Amino acid sequence: MSKVRVLVGTRKGAFILTSDARRKDWEISGPHFAGWEIYHINGSPANPDRIYASQSTGWFGQVIQRSNDGGKTWEPVGNKFTYEGVPGSHLWYDGTQHPWEFKRVWQLQPSLTNPDTVYAGVEDAALFCSTDGGLTWQELPGLRAAKGHLWQPGAGGMCLHTIILDPSNPQRFYVAISAAGAFRTDDGGQTWRPINQGLNSLFELPDASAEVGHCVHNLAMHPSRPGVLFMQKHWDVMRSDNAGELWQEVSGNLPSDFGFPIAVHSHEPETIYVVPIKSDSEHFPPDGKLRVFRSRTGGNDWEPLTKGLPQSDCYVNVLRSALAVDSLDPCGVYFGTTGGQVYASPDSGDNWKSIVRDFPAVLSVEVQTLP
Amino acid sequence: MIRVVLPYHLRTLAQVGNEVELEIGGLKTLGSVLDALEARYPMLRGTIRDHVTRERRAFIRFFACGQDLSLEALDAPLPDLVASGAEHLMIVGAIAGG
Repeated sequence: MSKVRVLVGTRKGAFILTSDARRKDWEISGPHFAGWEIYHINGSPANPDRIYASQSTGWFGQVIQRSNDGGKTWEPVGNKFTYEGVPGSHLWYDGTQHPWEFKRVWQLQPSLTNPDTVYAGVEDAALFCSTDGGLTWQELPGLRAAKGHLWQPGAGGMCLHTIILDPSNPQRFYVAISAAGAFRTDDGGQTWRPINQGLNSLFELPDASAEVGHCVHNLAMHPSRPGVLFMQKHWDVMRSDNAGELWQEVSGNLPSDFGFPIAVHSHEPETIYVVPIKSDSEHFPPDGKLRVFRSRTGGNDWEPLTKGLPQSDCYVNVLRSALAVDSLDPCGVYFGTTGGQVYASPDSGDNWKSIVRDFPAVLSVEVQTLP
Repeated sequence: MIRVVLPYHLRTLAQVGNEVELEIGGLKTLGSVLDALEARYPMLRGTIRDHVTRERRAFIRFFACGQDLSLEALDAPLPDLVASGAEHLMIVGAIAGG
């Protein structure tokens, strides 16, 4: 029988939750790296037992951990992230220029085909690549050449938080940066261009439709339709049907179109999920009701999913990397909250149950479906 | 022989006990101790001082013999009691939070 492994990064360590395909009973392993912030923990699609974790604290900086046995044992690998050339500067909160400084790794995205190749999205925003299993890292500096001097930090810092690799074209991938926007490369990461046409950031930017500077919170793509992208922006849920060339808003009837994560159903490319948050000033669900919203039409028409989720007095947040799906049938959907709950739905979001209720604040959730 | 006490999180990262003993030839300085520490435990590189600038990370302190050595030059000699192994050098995570 298939298994599911849920990789959870929290403010105080990593946890690994495993279940069989019924997704009813769960074993919990952890905390791994107790006391450290785990911004992301993610497995290789090519070898699911190869897992990478980003471990950091303000005191001791960045550590990258690697496992070759599905998270049972770990070894620290390379943590030297050095920007190529003169790092230069970017916009600061007050509109002045500020030097580029490495702070932490937000996202680890292993190659779709090679477990030793892994991409790292970092703060201050840049993309790094390792081809030796994380021992050494090299920046892909062409990304920062895409008007990096106009990028600026959001409240969480200036972070590259989303990396999407196109399964149909190994030369094409997408990244998203807060607050710079979405970017695409068609030559394996050498050159990049902003893909933000159609975004409207009326309350965040002096030029609401600027080429860069948008606070994109998350991107999602279904592997069978790599030209279709979905975006949760600071405000607005968006989609693009042409690989990011043009975006259109699909917020529709959402109670709020502010939020952080977005995900696509593993078998239905037009079924997408978001978790509306009241506003950028109040990072909790509208009306104290924790609701995942699902659209089966690729946006615009949304339905609240509430069964098993708290529908009163709930004031947690769901961060940008904390929503994920498995590839079982029916599709499982998972998310973690800043209140330390991890919820799972084994039926595409119709019914929810908490796997755990009292973890540290959840920073990221990834899911591996194992044979 | 120099005795070094690491903060908890770096002990777990390096998988060592409360105290690390390092043999150091020549002048015993903060810099030579850190060089020897990072050579034996490569996973500590970048966690105490910056990879590139080699400067102490902002929330790291060095204590020994009741003194704060954090602002001493890396090539300044360590106190005799530390250099002889009679006292240990403490690498400490600064107090932060409440």
